[in-house]
This record gives sequence, structure tokens and C-alpha cells, in this order.
Amino acid sequence: MELGRALRTTCMAIVMATTSTMAFAQQATDGEWPMAAHDHANTRYSPLGQITPANVAQLKLVFSFDMAVNRGQEAAPVVVGSTMYVVAPYPNFLYALDLAKPQAPLKWKFAPNPAAKAQGVACCDVVNRGVAFADGKVFMNTLDGQSIAVDAATGKEVWRTKLADIAKGETITMAPLVVKDKVLVGNSGGELGVRGWLVALDTATGKEAWRAWSTGPDADVLIGPDFKPYYESDRGKDLGVKTWPGQAWTIGGGNVWGWLSYDAQADLVYYGTANPGPWNPEQRPGANKWTAGIFARRPEDGQARWFYQYSPHDLHDYDGVNENVLLDLPWRGSPRKLLVHPDRNGYVYVLDRLSGQVLSAEPFVHITTTEGVDLKTGQLKYNPKKQPRVGEVIREICPVSPGGKDWQPSAWSPRTQLLYIPHQNMCQDTETYDVSYIAGTPYVGVDNKMYGGPGGNRGVFTAWDVLAGRPRWRIPERFPVWSGALATAGDVVFYGTMEGWFKAVDAKSGKQLWQFKTESGIIGQPISYRGPDGRQYVAILSGVGGWAGAIVSGSLDARDGTAAKGFVNAMKDLPAFTGKGGRLYVFALP
Amino acid sequence: MSSRCPDQVLAMAMAAALLLPAAAHAGDASPLRVCADPDNLPYSHRDGSGFENRIARLVAADLKRPLDYFWQEQRRGFVRKTLGAGECDVFIGVPAGFDKVLRTRPYYRSTYVAVSRRGEPPFAGFAPDQLRGRRFGVQLIGNDLAASPPGYALAEGGATANVTGFLVYGDGPAARRMVDAVAGKAIDVALVWGPQAGWFVRHAPVPLELAPVRPPAGLPLPFDYAIAMGVRKGDTALRDRLDDVLRRRRADIDAILADYAVPRVDAPAAPEGAP
Repeated sequence: MELGRALRTTCMAIVMATTSTMAFAQQATDGEWPMAAHDHANTRYSPLGQITPANVAQLKLVFSFDMAVNRGQEAAPVVVGSTMYVVAPYPNFLYALDLAKPQAPLKWKFAPNPAAKAQGVACCDVVNRGVAFADGKVFMNTLDGQSIAVDAATGKEVWRTKLADIAKGETITMAPLVVKDKVLVGNSGGELGVRGWLVALDTATGKEAWRAWSTGPDADVLIGPDFKPYYESDRGKDLGVKTWPGQAWTIGGGNVWGWLSYDAQADLVYYGTANPGPWNPEQRPGANKWTAGIFARRPEDGQARWFYQYSPHDLHDYDGVNENVLLDLPWRGSPRKLLVHPDRNGYVYVLDRLSGQVLSAEPFVHITTTEGVDLKTGQLKYNPKKQPRVGEVIREICPVSPGGKDWQPSAWSPRTQLLYIPHQNMCQDTETYDVSYIAGTPYVGVDNKMYGGPGGNRGVFTAWDVLAGRPRWRIPERFPVWSGALATAGDVVFYGTMEGWFKAVDAKSGKQLWQFKTESGIIGQPISYRGPDGRQYVAILSGVGGWAGAIVSGSLDARDGTAAKGFVNAMKDLPAFTGKGGRLYVFALP
Repeated sequence: MSSRCPDQVLAMAMAAALLLPAAAHAGDASPLRVCADPDNLPYSHRDGSGFENRIARLVAADLKRPLDYFWQEQRRGFVRKTLGAGECDVFIGVPAGFDKVLRTRPYYRSTYVAVSRRGEPPFAGFAPDQLRGRRFGVQLIGNDLAASPPGYALAEGGATANVTGFLVYGDGPAARRMVDAVAGKAIDVALVWGPQAGWFVRHAPVPLELAPVRPPAGLPLPFDYAIAMGVRKGDTALRDRLDDVLRRRRADIDAILADYAVPRVDAPAAPEGAP
């Protein structure tokens, strides 16, 4: 289907010319944005080039749309044909907007009615990161753990499949990915002892085709004869059991709440697994496979091809779920199929995506918790001085638990050969503090206090030279840059700030060219599309929240620095800069 | 840190309790709004069967105020969603060192206990040789270094593979599942918070033993905690009224706790092996 649509495009030659270093931009026609990451390669690169550094200053608001939910808006709108589909945080309303009509009026609204209880168990605000379009259907997930297919033309439900159990703390916040006749969905909830999985559902019926667990025996993890990990440490039988004490793997985390990529040529799906949980590190000795790492799997049956563990026996909540951008580039002189991944642990990894070999791992933020990656063994080198220990104060743990970078996805421009990374610049102190109380059980909790890293600015927007393994330029921001990035063929790059500024910068120099103040902080994912009138549009959701913005969306008390697991301490001044919101903004040149 | 108010604070509270009620609350018939978990026995239940339900009735009756509940599961964010949101005014039980709320004077102190089957060797401390060959269960609260204190002690003693974590999230109270696991021989020893252990041991289908446990020397985590009532920070008027009730109705409250087999300790227990 993807191929058929690609052949229909009238601009194929141009697309091919501008995307020669991109793996698979071809599944979207040049003007559409059919999935959160734009394409299976996760480039977030729009081949539209009407908006340029020379004219972007004239960008004007064309229309806006009230999402009717004032919580963290992390979703990417999706555009196919002349319709935009956009999903709200809990209660997860799905809207279809008619782009062919002035002011893009509502075509239909779908209310999935998730269970209210889901709000109480979601760890980090009640977000939803977007939907996927395929075969005339919109695929969405709800916070209470359902996957739903909605008819794109009518807004009527086609099927719904209950996947997660909120009674156990299991939720779904990720954006699904459609690969051939399957929609891929993963769960959240590692903090609560939820065992991670990725599920493939039949796009036509919603029936479960396979489920790959992130911990447990090989049969559960879908590890078979095809499994050929690059490193010795990932070889052996049932490592998803043996690298845990006792039965700890049964509640071991490794959730799949981040991004999925797909290489059609290699026929492999790539995705990261979250941190191990819920035991403290000293109570779960071992590498805790297959958490905090990346899997390559065959979409047909889910069988694993390789795995690499970014953070073995994770100590700091460094989930491995960030985006994997698939690029075909000359590496040290010869063409290579690469996978680029900026991890929470602070390194930009470049992997050979066919074998799982780490080609480089260079720090993009200030790091104290580790001292690099051994490229021979693939092992992350931990700094023992920064290991959390009960009863001890550990200062200057960098990066923080949300990482050098959290879920907020980067964008790749084949024109500049730069990866645009929105991220944090933060450190934390950990100390035991007074008594805490959950479900009638007293214990001594740990106080995580996060604060700005070197320079004091808590956020950075970095243009990263993937081949050189170093930054080309950086833009410091007051707050963590919790929005996604968008790269375009016009050499203009977009991102948003938590104060609510939507910004356009020069892709080559990082010079700020334009900005617009939205009603609330921005933690969404900017996209670009060609409207039915032939013009290039740029869209972004505004509405602060998420883990970083919970102080506003959850009305947390700024005096309690340990709220939102310590993030509130670092965000005390956010309420002075922005309020709650939930609005879609769409811009174009006059 | 957690257990005792400085004497002068107590003295002020008592003085205020004696002076304030007549002035501030004379004829106050507004409901006493209690924040409680709807399904967390033995503490509270929507049907009123928990000991905190009974204490709430006693306090409301003493204050001659109607009793009202706001039900909220006692999980992450429960203070914010209850007191913080103005939905209710008092928790019947919180640890005396819980600084998210303003506490009354503590009215009981309990401890983590070991639950084992009658007729089998009792729990004998955290020395590595005592931990080998037996299967343990602990309450598991979540990551970010938030496990139960006996969980740490087990890990320090080298016991990890033979330890099962019972998540406080899931079907019913973790303590009930743990006591069931001991009764059903899935584990040998459950290290459970006292008030929960006392209640579920009493209702277990087979005879079980319960004994207080003490932390190993050097573990910076207490095993026993004093419990107080909690009100919104700044609500000293209500706190003082409650302190007054707790002082006057001490015997009645003790009787309720005894009814529910709440294990009590009088003073902070000394660490194992300490002089």
C-alpha cells in the first residue's frame, strides 16, 4: 500500500533527490503526514520547501482548534488527503478536521470513553503521543489500555481491543505504528511493576497476531533461531529470566512506550524498551534483560533478530525508548545502514541496524553517571561514585532520571545532514528523606531534586552532526525542550518551548527566524503538510504537561520539590510563565 | 525525627485544644470530612468495616459532627487529590513523620513483623546464613528506591533470588496476598507492616505466627513508625481539636486497635545487635 501511494505522487523525482540519504521517506506522499514520526524511518522531515529562511518571518496563524482538554498535549497531528486527525490527552478525544474548508471545521469527533481510573495510575500526566493512518483507518490508543481502529471517513469505530490492565498500573500513551497489515502497540507502567510488551494487531480485525514480552523466557520474548545479537553478553538461553533474581522478571518493566521504526528492505521493526522495575537496583542484581535496550524484530511473527542493551542493570531510570532514526549514510567512507538514537543516558548512539553493532556513542549532554561506551563489548561504563545508595546523599547525578533527553523526538534533515535534538540539560541530587506512605504501608522514600546542568539553562535545542559525533550548534532554553522537532526542505527547523513559544530557526546556523506565543507551554510534535490549496502548513499542539510540565497541568504544589518524582523542584518557576491549555495552531505564509 | 513532637509544641497544642473549641467550633455541625481508601482493609473500606472507619465514627461522634467520606485510593498523589483538592479534611492514619500534611500527636506505633506458619522455625534475623533456604515475601511499593525497609535488609543480607515482591498495586491489599502466600506455602516468611499483618493473620485459614522484626545494625531505615492523624497544612484548629479527642478517648481508640489485632510497640526498637 505504501508503495502504491508513493508512486502516485507527482513529485517523486524531487522527493527522491532530496531524500537520497533517507531510508524510507517514500511511504508518505510529499505533502502528507500519515504517522507521528512522518515516515517509518522516523525522520520527521517534510520535503516541502515553500517556507524558507527568507520568508518564514511572514508566517501567520491560519486557524486554531480547541482540544477541549487542558492537559499535556504531546500528540503529533496526522494529515492524509484533505483531513487532519488529532488526538487529545485523556479522555482521548479523536478529531477529524476538514482542511479543504476555510478554518478547517470539525468533520467528526470520536470519543473512546476510557476508564477514569486510568488517570490515577498514569505516571507522568495523562498524555497521548498520536495516532497512525493506514488503509482508510485511524489507529489510536487510549490511556486505559485499549487500541482502537476508527473509520477515517465517518469517525465510526471499526474495532477495539483491550490490551492493558489498569488495575495493575498498566496504561498506553505511545503512538502506534502500522507496518504492512499490522498495527504495533506497546505498554507503559514500569514504575508500578508492569511487565513490558509489544503487541501486533491485525489492522483489519484488531486480533492479536503476536506479543513480544520484554522479560522472561525466550518463548515469551519471541527469541528463536533467528536471534543473532552482535555482542556476546546478549547470547544465551532465557537471559530474560537468568539476568534477574528469582521471579523478579515477572514484574520487571521494560515497557514499550516510545517510538517504533521500520526498515522495509531489511523487513525489521526497531524499538526500545524502558527501564527495569520496580525493585531498586540493589534488589535486582544482574543485567535485567531485556530492559533499557533496543530490539530488532520481524513484523510478520515478532521474532527477534538482535538486541542491544544501552543501560545494563539500569541504575538511573534511563529508559531506552527514545526514537531510532534510520539513515543510509557513508560511515567512515563506506555506505552503511545506520540507526541513530539519542538515549536518555546522554549518548547519541550510531548502530549498524542490520547487525546491532555500536559504531559510536558520543555524549550530547553533560554526563557524570557513566564514562563512555566500550565499543568492543558494547558495555556502558558506569561511574560507581554516582550509584544511588540507601542512606547516602549522592550529588550531581547527570543526566537526571528523565535523561539527557526523554521521549521528545528529534528530526533529521538530509539537506544539512544534521539531527535536530530537543533535550534537557539537568542534573539531580538523591537523598533519603522522611517517611512516605502508600496503600497503608510506611517506608522511607528518596528525594530526587532536579536542577539545571552546566550553564543553568534546563533545556537545549541541539543540531547534531551524526557523522562527526559532535554538536554543530546549540540553542539554550530556560526550560527543558519537551516538544518534538520538525525539519523541512526549506531549511527551516521548528520546535516549541514550555513557555509557549513556537520557534522557527535556520537549519544551517540555528539563527532564530520567527516565533509565535501560544496560549500554553508546548510539549507537542510539530508537523508540516501541503494543504488542499497547495500551500505548505505547519501545525503544533500547545498545552503544557507531561512529566516536566506536571506542575502546571496537575496543579502540583511548587513547595513540594519532590513531586512528579523530583521534577517539580526544577520547574518551580514554570507556572509564572505559562498556564494550562489545549489548542491546535496551524500556520502558513500569507 | 518522625515520632515525637517537641514538648513545647505539644504544650501549645494542648493549650489551644482547651481554648479553641468553644470559640471556633461551638455548635459546628458541618460534616467531618475524612479522606479514606475505599478498599484497604484493615484500615478502611467503603462499607465502613475498617478500624480507621471506626475511629472516624468515634471522633465524629465525640465532636458531635456528621461523618462524611471522600474515597481515594492511597496511591501516588493521594494527598494532592484529597486534602490538596479540598475534597476532605482529615486522614485518620498517616506516619507521624509524613511531612505532606500537618500531623496530630501520634496515637499508636507499630512495626514491620514476620509472618510464618505455626510449628515452623520463626524468622531469625537478617544474617546471610539465616536467609538461605527460606523463601521471603516483602511489600513492593515501586522503583526510585522506594521499597519496604525489610526489603533492603534482605538485599543487604544477600537474599534477592529467594525474595518475592508483592506490589501494592493490584488485586486487593498486598498484605493479604502475602499472608495467603505464607498460608499456601508459596513463601515461608512474609515481612509485612504490622497493622495489616495482624488483621490478615487473624483471618488466615491455617494457624500463623507473627513477631516483630528489628532492622539489622547499620541499616539507616526504621522498621517501626508512629501513626498520627493528618490534616491540611495550616489547619491548626482542626489539628488541635483532634489532638484533644485523641487525648481524651485514648482508651477507646486502644480498644479499637486491639479489636483489629494491631501489633503495638511502645518505643523505637533498638537495632539488632545494638547494645
